[in-house]
Amino acid sequence: MYRKERSVPLKSSSSALYNNLSVLPLRDKQLTYFAAVHGSTVSLASASADGLSVSHRQLQAKEGGLAVSASIVTQASWCVLPSRVLLVLTSQKGIQMYESDGSIMVYWHALDVLEPPPAQAVFARGIAAASGRFICVGTSSGLVLVFDIPSKGTNITLSEVLEEHRDSITDITSEVGENPDGAAELVTADDSGALCVWRAKEEFSLLTKISAFGWSCSSVKLWNGVIAAGYGNGQIRLYEAMSGALRATVSAHARWIYALDLAPLTGKLLSGAEDSYVQIWKLSRSPDTGDIEIEHCHSECVTDTQLCGARFCDPEGNSFAATGYDLSEIVRYGQV
Amino acid sequence: MSARTLPLLFLNLGGEMLYILDQRLRAQSIPGEKARKDEWTDVDRKRVMNDIITTMFNKKFMEELFKPQELYSKKALRTVYDRLAHASIMRLNQASMDKLYDLMTMAFKYQVLLCPRPKDILLVTFNHLDAIKDFIRDSPNILNQVDETFRQLIDMYSCLSAGEFQLIRQTLLIFFQDMHIRVSIFLKDKVQNSNGRFVLPISGPVPWGTEVPGLIRMFNCNGDEVKRVEFTNGGNYISPQREGSFDLYGDRVLKLGTNMYSVSRPVETHMSGASKSLASHTKENAAPNPLAKEELNFLARLMGGLEIKKPNGSEPGFRLNLFTTDEEEEYAALTRPEELSYKVINIQATQDQQQNEELARIMGEFEVTDQPRQSTSKGDDLLAMMDEL
Repeated sequence: MYRKERSVPLKSSSSALYNNLSVLPLRDKQLTYFAAVHGSTVSLASASADGLSVSHRQLQAKEGGLAVSASIVTQASWCVLPSRVLLVLTSQKGIQMYESDGSIMVYWHALDVLEPPPAQAVFARGIAAASGRFICVGTSSGLVLVFDIPSKGTNITLSEVLEEHRDSITDITSEVGENPDGAAELVTADDSGALCVWRAKEEFSLLTKISAFGWSCSSVKLWNGVIAAGYGNGQIRLYEAMSGALRATVSAHARWIYALDLAPLTGKLLSGAEDSYVQIWKLSRSPDTGDIEIEHCHSECVTDTQLCGARFCDPEGNSFAATGYDLSEIVRYGQV
Repeated sequence: MSARTLPLLFLNLGGEMLYILDQRLRAQSIPGEKARKDEWTDVDRKRVMNDIITTMFNKKFMEELFKPQELYSKKALRTVYDRLAHASIMRLNQASMDKLYDLMTMAFKYQVLLCPRPKDILLVTFNHLDAIKDFIRDSPNILNQVDETFRQLIDMYSCLSAGEFQLIRQTLLIFFQDMHIRVSIFLKDKVQNSNGRFVLPISGPVPWGTEVPGLIRMFNCNGDEVKRVEFTNGGNYISPQREGSFDLYGDRVLKLGTNMYSVSRPVETHMSGASKSLASHTKENAAPNPLAKEELNFLARLMGGLEIKKPNGSEPGFRLNLFTTDEEEEYAALTRPEELSYKVINIQATQDQQQNEELARIMGEFEVTDQPRQSTSKGDDLLAMMDEL
């Protein structure tokens, strides 16, 4: 059972964008960082454990030097690598990487500008750290850009471009659980609902592709070789990462799912959708049959709010946070 | 973000504008024989509706509208509606125009938010167009223009995927972000809370294509279903009945976008209580001027297609009041919170001479029958005209 805790206020309300909440728990400092996107701004809030002490920072997505028009940010997410943590922003103009507290920008990658403007929207979206040394970012044309991140400094380079998707990338995730050699490392999802599963060595190679079934996939997570994907028709699907086989379907929500998150130490899954609900689930694998199981644990309704972001605040899944469209706060819940 | 958003935004806001104007004109109209020279009649109402609809669906204007482009600010869009509302013999004061725009935007925000599927925004648009066609059912020429636009919409949007529609919806929601103006008809119907936020129901039919939540199905590695578990998701949902029609004619099923006003349900807005979420609104108004240049380009292209009929010199302009009395309108103008005023784009005439000459030429074709202004150049005329909007 979870009970509502003190909300964290934001300097601006959250926009209706997929996966629009990122959380970085800093255990040693007893602080939690939150990030939510509003238009061309990212609101950062740093809260103490009891939620009483909050400090704010706002980042603007302006590219260095030239432009005057701010571009819309599509996502902001912390990428945790063994040696450093970077805050990555994706927007209509490109990709920005900052130090984890948002204080200094360390890298900027511009998307190609096309003249005349095409009918297709141009933007970057989908962010994940992978294999302890890469940050992968998706684009509206279906490309996945792989950036090589040094353990410190600004010498970040684009090392690979993965071309497998034909529709806009919606979300990217990497394995958060145990990872035997040769196993799936990265999953990329797109607007049509297709998923690509990748293995990573020096380069990424395609392991398997899961075809779309008619609905957009807005959020995806990978844990112990199990893919959890959230779709526009409110359904969650579980797949075997190595083979791509469908293992479970859950009619979880009455509206479009906007966020999924996984607590790696317990296998808890959360889903947040436009229907105002956060649902908590438990994933497991039967030791005898090897079958993947999922059970429903808890429902939480954030009244009159279309949720756009939801995350666990700790790796056991004892607490979670969510935000919604037009909401100027992050609602938090903790286990009793 | 999505470059296909503007036609939907413009047509739906335009549709709401027509619903409101129609309701106010009916409320203020006097039977023909009894009307004095400065009072509305039914004939006048039909004429105003015809004039505005003809202007809205003008071929050149629609061509500009349908070009792939980013959405512009609320300020820029408001300028186009100001022009549109004055496309006939009707005149609106600033306060009434502000109220009209508030109502239009809150109504469409509500419709976008509550659409069961993102694709249903198209059904909402079709609802507006169906109603517009009913307004001008006696005029075959204008009817043809509207049908032409209808077909353009079907061509452009029918084949878009659900993901692309969601992008359009997300773009619209960014446009409407932080707007919480309270509308009395919404408050009465309990679709809006007293804090200005809309009520989101957790019951009723699920969208077409979505299953009622509550079922988990698990499969083994061969794909056979091995387990089925039910759970309670918290809401109270049922299956949907049928899907709305996306054809030129048909039952849309969805009620969003149909006319919710009538003579007995007048429209009011409350300005107080909307002050909480103004932080970003004030930021938009304080945005640096350089944005104005792109917006000027947009306006020049769009206005170029708006062929406004010049009212006959001898006819007086009829003033429509969106409030119940003149005193109320004056009071509203004086007490409108600074943060909620739709400040017009600040044009710096010295910056781009060629740009402004082009705009001045186009604007010069729209004669507003007010007192003649003392001015020395076309540029000054233009500035004065824009300032008066």
